[in-house]
Amino acid sequence: MPVDLEAVCEIVEKHGYQRASLIGILQDIQGKMNYLPRKALVQVAKSLDIPITSIYEVATFYKAFSLEPKGKHTIQVCLGTACHVRGGARIFDYLENRLEVKSGGTTKDLAFTLESVNCLGACALGPMMVIDKKYYGKINTNKIEPILKKYQ
Amino acid sequence: MNDSIKSISDLRKLRQALKKSRDGNKSCITICAGTGCQATGASEVVEKFKQEINDRHLEEKIEVRASGCHGFCERGPLAVIRPQMICYMNVETTDVSQITTDTLLKGTIIDRLLYQSPLTNEKIIHEQDIPFYKFQQRIVFGSNGEIDPTRIDDYIAIGGYQGLEKVLSEMAPEQVIDTIKKSGLRGRGGGGFSTGIKWESCRKAKGKEKFVICNADEGDPGAYMDRSLLEGNPHSIIEGMLIGAYAIGSEEGYVYVRNEYPLAVSNLSHAIDQAKGYGLLGKNILGSGLTFTLKINRGGGAFVCGESTALMASLEGKVGEPRAKYIHTVEHGLWDQPSTLNNVETWANVPIIINKGVDWYTSIGTPGSKGTKIFSLVGKINHTGLVEVPMGITLRQIVYDIGGGIPDGKRFKAIQTGGPSGGCIPESLLDLPVDFDRLQEAGSMMGSGGMIVMDEDNCMVDMARYFVQFLQEESCGKCTPCREGLQQMGEILNRICEGNGKEGDIKLLQDLSRVMTDTSLCGLGLTAPNPVLSTLRYFKDEYEAHIQSKNCPAKFCNGLISLSIDPEKCTGCGACVRVCPVEAIAGEKKKSHQLDGDKCMKCRACYEACQFEAIIIQ
Repeated sequence: MPVDLEAVCEIVEKHGYQRASLIGILQDIQGKMNYLPRKALVQVAKSLDIPITSIYEVATFYKAFSLEPKGKHTIQVCLGTACHVRGGARIFDYLENRLEVKSGGTTKDLAFTLESVNCLGACALGPMMVIDKKYYGKINTNKIEPILKKYQ
Repeated sequence: MNDSIKSISDLRKLRQALKKSRDGNKSCITICAGTGCQATGASEVVEKFKQEINDRHLEEKIEVRASGCHGFCERGPLAVIRPQMICYMNVETTDVSQITTDTLLKGTIIDRLLYQSPLTNEKIIHEQDIPFYKFQQRIVFGSNGEIDPTRIDDYIAIGGYQGLEKVLSEMAPEQVIDTIKKSGLRGRGGGGFSTGIKWESCRKAKGKEKFVICNADEGDPGAYMDRSLLEGNPHSIIEGMLIGAYAIGSEEGYVYVRNEYPLAVSNLSHAIDQAKGYGLLGKNILGSGLTFTLKINRGGGAFVCGESTALMASLEGKVGEPRAKYIHTVEHGLWDQPSTLNNVETWANVPIIINKGVDWYTSIGTPGSKGTKIFSLVGKINHTGLVEVPMGITLRQIVYDIGGGIPDGKRFKAIQTGGPSGGCIPESLLDLPVDFDRLQEAGSMMGSGGMIVMDEDNCMVDMARYFVQFLQEESCGKCTPCREGLQQMGEILNRICEGNGKEGDIKLLQDLSRVMTDTSLCGLGLTAPNPVLSTLRYFKDEYEAHIQSKNCPAKFCNGLISLSIDPEKCTGCGACVRVCPVEAIAGEKKKSHQLDGDKCMKCRACYEACQFEAIIIQ
């Protein structure tokens, strides 16, 4: 799949070719391309004149980054303590089962990526589920199907 | 905005003008637009009000203000009408027209939108009389309700940047440090270290440049105080950092905000731009000669980056691996230069201390812990939200007077403070005053402010397992005691929760805890055993039940429970069949159904769907 290397170079330039801005650079690339393609990372290494291993180290350390293409819709289930005590883990298990993916994984048809998040800060509405920035609060296993249908 | 304020007297003049234009008698409806209320539709309510006022040509009479978090998240969207301070809860777009006609124009109260006391059924009109607010002391958080966080003029009008004025016109840097030291302000991020002493050490340290940093990584699950402060009053942090920069001699500052807080990043970014526009950031601020620039760095999704040395590594574009703390960051921090790192809430306290003085500030709190603390009171509690209380208040007052007690008539079991570094406090210690030292004595810690309430249906072994699993994923992996210790603890606790606990497991957990506490490189590993140790201290009987009798007293652990259908209560309605994700339930219509225990994944969808309480969990 072709990767827009010119866009990558523009992003690195926008950050002033600063190695210290590596995390910001990767965030902008992922924001544009939905994940971090290998070719993009190789270009960043070239532009910043640092080894690809240094980029890979950072890209795999931080949870925000994905080296695999993400699904059309991202489902985030809050597993923060408040949601956990209200049964958040069961919601997550249910979704793992229903979508046949593990945490962080994407469904085969690339429709959904399922992630866990540690506290969205909407604890009053726990258990919480966010799909593409839309918040669904006070979730229980019964409410999931009708919500998923909206995205299919 | 390009009207740069060139001097302190210009700022004072601007403030006077803004105060005058804020007509105290004009009706103002403030709608909470913090992330929590936005999740329940607050943005739509704000838009509807703006449209309503516009359509009815009421702009001269009524102001619509979208503010940051008010704290009472359980009852959002919240709307407060000034000057009367009438507080409406669970406001929907369909209420807008009535509120405008009845309350904003005629002053009539709409009963159904008021808070109702669950004990007396009394309806309460004014915000300050509602128990949730009445017992708080919102010296820091209260300003959220008075301003639109995207308007610097609002902040200035309520006295914003007055602390900076005072510092630049009347106080030498050493005097500022002395004031902060005397105030007794201790770090609000969890460490509780004396802020004044930290600043003093940084001022004395030698380096070619110095940095001030705001830790807005707020990683403790269940804690969102810092997020709400940044969203609701970003200028209070900017002002605090300006004062700190002046005190220690820094010209460059960073705010490290976690990745998952887009609204906080956006509001803070906007605030920085506005401050720059007014010349409150940049060169020769207010003609004083002070130079200070502030940048925002977003985190990449790593809990460990809340640790100060890991955060600084991340600011340098590296992986967030901590280093040993005997190299003090106040001497060798960011880029090996002297750096002062403080938490969001700590910075927000600074202008208040400067403005109101040491005597006033030290009158609040306990001898060892001055001032207030903002907590996120969440979990099994009626009034979920953010509460700001004076140090020294008891846990019982927080849970019952402010929090409204436990929902559904359930029994209180424990309260978790300090996040993954903290511990659980049982019912017997509910009269413990909340204070840095007292919480530590009880086996927990203040932490960043998360307070998670648990009831009889929560399993304490599972809570320990939950925190260990969380830390296992978040451990940077650099040091053996943390990396391997957490893995081993996780395996033992998983086994126990699945019904495979062995004799000797408790001793093993205690031994592992000792090694991790004594030899881990950073705070993550060092404090990781706390949830395990505190649950063992107060709830050993639950561990023993899991291990010896293979029983989970709270009926929480899936490995130790089984679901079945009570044939006498089941009506055969089929509601459970429809929701079961693994087709474990079968039966004829209108006849009692059967649940196949082997297929059951214990998700409890059937339990939640059943209207006849026919699903038994044992």
